[in-house]
Amino acid sequence: MKAVTLAGPPSSGKSAVTIKAIASLKQKGVTVGVVKFDSLSTQDQQLYEKQGVPVTTGLSGNLCPDHFFVSNVEESLAWGVTSGFDLLVIESAGLCNRCAPHIQGVLAICVVDNLSGVNTPKKIGPMLKMADIVVITKGDIVSQAEREVFAHRVRQVNANATILNVNGLTGQGADELGRLLQGAPETTSVTGKLLRFSLPAALCSYCLGQRRIGADFQMGNVKKMAFS
Amino acid sequence: MKEATLELPLAQLLRQFPLAGEFFHTMGLPLPPGTMSPATYFATLDNVLLEDLALARESLGEQFTDYLSLLSTLGKGRSSSRLESITILGGHDKSNRREEFTLTVRPGEIISLVGPTGSGKSRFLADIEWLAQGDSPTGRSLLIDGFPPEPGLRYAIDRKLVAQLSQNMNFVMDLSVEEFITMHAESRMMEDIPGITRNIIALANDLAGEQFSPGTPVTSLSGGQSRALMIADTSCLSNSPIVLIDEIENAGIDRKRAVHTLVDKQKIVLIATHDPILALMGERRLVFKNGGISAIITTSPGERANLKLFEEMDAKLGAVRNALRNGERIESFLWE
Ligand SMILES: Nc1nc2c(ncn2[C@@H]2O[C@H](COP(=O)(O)OP(=O)(O)OP(=O)(O)O)[C@@H](O)[C@H]2O)c(=O)[nH]1
Ligand SMILES: Nc1ncnc2c1ncn2[C@@H]1O[C@H](COP(=O)(O)OP(=O)(O)OP(=O)(O)O)[C@@H](O)[C@H]1O
Ligand SMILES: [Mg+2]
Ligand SMILES: [Mg+2]
Ligand SMILES: [Zn+2]
Ligand SMILES: [Zn+2]
Repeated sequence: MKAVTLAGPPSSGKSAVTIKAIASLKQKGVTVGVVKFDSLSTQDQQLYEKQGVPVTTGLSGNLCPDHFFVSNVEESLAWGVTSGFDLLVIESAGLCNRCAPHIQGVLAICVVDNLSGVNTPKKIGPMLKMADIVVITKGDIVSQAEREVFAHRVRQVNANATILNVNGLTGQGADELGRLLQGAPETTSVTGKLLRFSLPAALCSYCLGQRRIGADFQMGNVKKMAFS
Repeated sequence: MKEATLELPLAQLLRQFPLAGEFFHTMGLPLPPGTMSPATYFATLDNVLLEDLALARESLGEQFTDYLSLLSTLGKGRSSSRLESITILGGHDKSNRREEFTLTVRPGEIISLVGPTGSGKSRFLADIEWLAQGDSPTGRSLLIDGFPPEPGLRYAIDRKLVAQLSQNMNFVMDLSVEEFITMHAESRMMEDIPGITRNIIALANDLAGEQFSPGTPVTSLSGGQSRALMIADTSCLSNSPIVLIDEIENAGIDRKRAVHTLVDKQKIVLIATHDPILALMGERRLVFKNGGISAIITTSPGERANLKLFEEMDAKLGAVRNALRNGERIESFLWE
């Protein structure tokens, strides 16, 4: 089985492009399953099921979805192997700009959309900067100039990635994405592999559920802003 | 370009790559002193700062050298984007019937694509954009200057062969026209950015009926104005030798001049259209049926003569449109 991690900001078009790419792979007889990691709720289960794509979702609740991802990724792969998929896509909502689910030796994809604005690539962390493939969506609703500037800015923060424009609505470029997915290395287990970037620990009292505001309640890794 | 480069003092690197400093800016890092090498700089960066910026010390060196390679390919891209021809080898239609054609197109040519809805015009444009090598749903292949394109070209976002003018043209950025074009020119690493920006705005104003100024926010341009701006922008800034236009509608711009603006810059222009004037403007038109090209028609002298007639009719209609806009009556107008 091949596996890919696919991450990107909320609503950037991760599921849309995945569904289009899966449709194109299906025609070639490739079977694909999806695991979706999200925080509080997700429509993706229904979205994939509607397309007849086998899917499992996991909600992290009050944990960082990427931390939650790491604790469940081995089981995800085991599910994929047992189910007999040729390819497993692990979609995770990039809610935390500090973390990334990308693993060394596993094909890593980041999905970003043109609508998020040309300054966004700079702001997205390792999820974008350490991806092998960057998929840019929603090119249909911006000008040619904006598409070029956006792609250039992505290039600047990740000079090595393969950049691909895919339209999540019409599927233009999805065939091409499917082809790249097929090039993913065989990955039946990730036990012992390394994350591409260390996930910072949740260390302040608020990470642990504190709700009351005030110096007395701030514990652990507390950092103060400077006001001039 | 590897470890050795990283040991050079930054000032020396900047002489070779004047834009290398952008890397630090992009990553959110302060610029190192000129005497320091990137290797030393990365090695001595503060842990807390790296944590804050979500950067991994061990990857920075590679990211930096990748960035330098990018800068040198960008420089190359600008000069080597001239091509002599593209050739499209037929594939098959939706019923898997072979397409019997080989089409070669050269810079300065206009090709129009006609055919009913769903007949495969947009798919043909997508095949070209993807530099298809028998690996798209149509099985078509593309040759550049008579040969299959080098594999890397497909993903070389900075050397894209194809610029596609979108149908929907919303600007998401809240910038003035001048800032917008400047930003685009910067990303293309142009010289004389203010001069180019002025030219583009003047050209766009020439194409659009209604004038706008450099300070106009792009979000408040009309449909015709933004299309004119994008055509001017694409013809002057895009280094892609091929321009694809899917359905350029009559949004209050001079379509003929717009297309000729692109062709004058030695672009290959492909237009998918249902509009008779645009369809006849091409030297040749491809007729689509059931996902395949069913005929390639060269525009005949008779058709050219008719095109003139259609253009006159169109100009007349345009004049009527203007008269109506200006609150005039049109009774006498038609008899002139
Ligand atoms: N116009 C346009 N809309 C798109 C495109 N790609 C996706 N969308 C729309 O964007 C919205 C979000 O797409 P999703 O695929 O659900 O995004 P996602 O990244 O999977 O979202 P989450 O999993 O909820 O984080 C949907 O309404 C899609 O139809 C595109 O290329 N163009
Ligand atoms: N040769 C082919 N083989 C298989 N599928 C094809 C082929 N040509 C086109 N298609 C598919 O047929 C559908 C309709 O084609 P397309 O969108 O290109 O039509 P169009 O001519 O642009 O229509 P419109 O005038 O409405 O824009 C698309 O999904 C396209 O991928
Ligand atoms: Mg989704
Ligand atoms: Mg179309
Ligand atoms: Zn996190
Ligand atoms: Zn916390």
